[in-house]
Amino acid sequence: MPDSNTGLATKSALDIEKVRQDFPVLSQTVHGKPLVYLDNAATTHKPQCVIERVREFDAEQYGTVRRGSYKMSEQATLLYEEARQKVADFVGAPDRKEIVFTSGTTQAINLVAYSYGRKFVNAGDEIIISNIEHHANIVPWQVLCEEKGARLRVIPVNDDGELIMEEYEKLLNEKTRLVAVNHISNALGTINPVKEIIRKGHDAGAKVLIDGAQSSPHMKIDVKDLDCDFYTFSGHKMYAPSGIGGVYGKMDLWESMGPYVTGGDMILQVTLEKTTYAKPPARFEAGTPPITQVIGLGTAIDYITEIGLDNIFEYEMSLLDYATRLLGEIDGLRIIGNAREKASIISFVLDVAHPHDVSSMLDQDGIAVRGGHHCAQPTMIRFGVPATTRASMAFYNKYEELDALAESIRKVIKLFS
Amino acid sequence: MSYDNELYQQVILDHNRNPKNFREIKNATHHCHGINPLCGDDMTVYMEVDSEQGVIRDISFVGTGCAISKASSSMMTAYLKGRSLEESRVIFDEFHKMVLGELDPEKQEHHLGKLKLFRGIRDYPSRTKCASLAWHTMIGALDKKTEEISTE
Repeated sequence: MPDSNTGLATKSALDIEKVRQDFPVLSQTVHGKPLVYLDNAATTHKPQCVIERVREFDAEQYGTVRRGSYKMSEQATLLYEEARQKVADFVGAPDRKEIVFTSGTTQAINLVAYSYGRKFVNAGDEIIISNIEHHANIVPWQVLCEEKGARLRVIPVNDDGELIMEEYEKLLNEKTRLVAVNHISNALGTINPVKEIIRKGHDAGAKVLIDGAQSSPHMKIDVKDLDCDFYTFSGHKMYAPSGIGGVYGKMDLWESMGPYVTGGDMILQVTLEKTTYAKPPARFEAGTPPITQVIGLGTAIDYITEIGLDNIFEYEMSLLDYATRLLGEIDGLRIIGNAREKASIISFVLDVAHPHDVSSMLDQDGIAVRGGHHCAQPTMIRFGVPATTRASMAFYNKYEELDALAESIRKVIKLFS
Repeated sequence: MSYDNELYQQVILDHNRNPKNFREIKNATHHCHGINPLCGDDMTVYMEVDSEQGVIRDISFVGTGCAISKASSSMMTAYLKGRSLEESRVIFDEFHKMVLGELDPEKQEHHLGKLKLFRGIRDYPSRTKCASLAWHTMIGALDKKTEEISTE
């Protein structure tokens, strides 16, 4: 195995074979081949403990939250709020009430754009995003700017896919209300210097939102240390069920904001004439929340915390190094995005085959990768490609799977040449 | 090669490498721009239609896309050139039904000729739009659609 050449596997603190046994899906075969799952930036699979906890909760402990005065409801409420505490601890939030649950990052950003943006962004104001955002961190701001007569400004990137920080500094001015950038680009894997972005944004008097959809599963997050105003995340990208995610926000900001979705559970009092709103986070969680999914998220956080985000990050970096070297040796393959600080995501294009053909062909070998624009069309436009093939790795991937990826890509090139 | 699926047959790979009618038609009587927003495929179909005779004198395409969409466009243009508008609409309808799995060219009557090799697409629902983009765009051109045609 190439491992013996690199020594990479022996350096890892993780027992990968043991980790893989925690994920039932990984023992599947696809088209008669062992599944090689490399679409983790899109969504991740669930460990047995999450699957089991969700089943157990639904079977034995499920109840409505924050409503009933009977045992089942009180117990479910307790567990629901316990999960909120786990999220708060996981991202380093000082107070669990600063965590608002949403369906995921998309809804989280929309919540901030709606509740914060519609209140504090006015005509002539400016919002800064970057050229390598997911559509979920572009469209809500475009809509807000259009509605308010505000201006959307964009931090450019260099040819390696890194934000050009000097240009960012030039964009900041007294009109800047908000800066919204991702921590890690889902299309290129670039890890952005968010601490510096936040500090400079604050110096200009702006609030800063970090889209953490790609960073929360892969690196230790400390919102207190980052000093971000909002940090958004998705459960299904961190080994939890889909349909749950959330946003950390500073309490004084939450308190200054009006509701996004209105209805039950977000009120203090309702008469037919007037409604007063509940305190955060309830103010932003109208309706019955996805209770079971929240419980599953809590268990997923327990799981990755036990494995250790530092261990996860270190191992995924060695996977990235290995894959970058393997793919770099293939003639006719070009990696898009070569930032110095990069997460375990590799986007590439082949001279002879379109990304959709590549992903369909790799699928025949049991390899799941994403071919497309990754909901980041402005990134594709910047790099002059209609789409890329993206292999995104998680800590349950192994070196042998990357060997299989490289071999399968070579087969595609041979067939299409 | 171990890829024994119907998706990437030699004919499709050949058309992908050397597409037919991959050019613009100057002074086209009909043209239309089509996109597949799901994957970013983007093409324009040009036609020179003899409206008195109701015949497609020339048809071509330009754009970017995967092998399936390129081969489908290439084979469509080669197949429709010289055909009547009426026939072309019937063939569009049959092709569309075939890739959706609603028409089996092995069991039902059709006018698809060698286009029936796209039958295998029905087993790959995520790729049917790759095969049908050119066809939808061609119909858009005939209908003088001024807006972009989308597969969504």
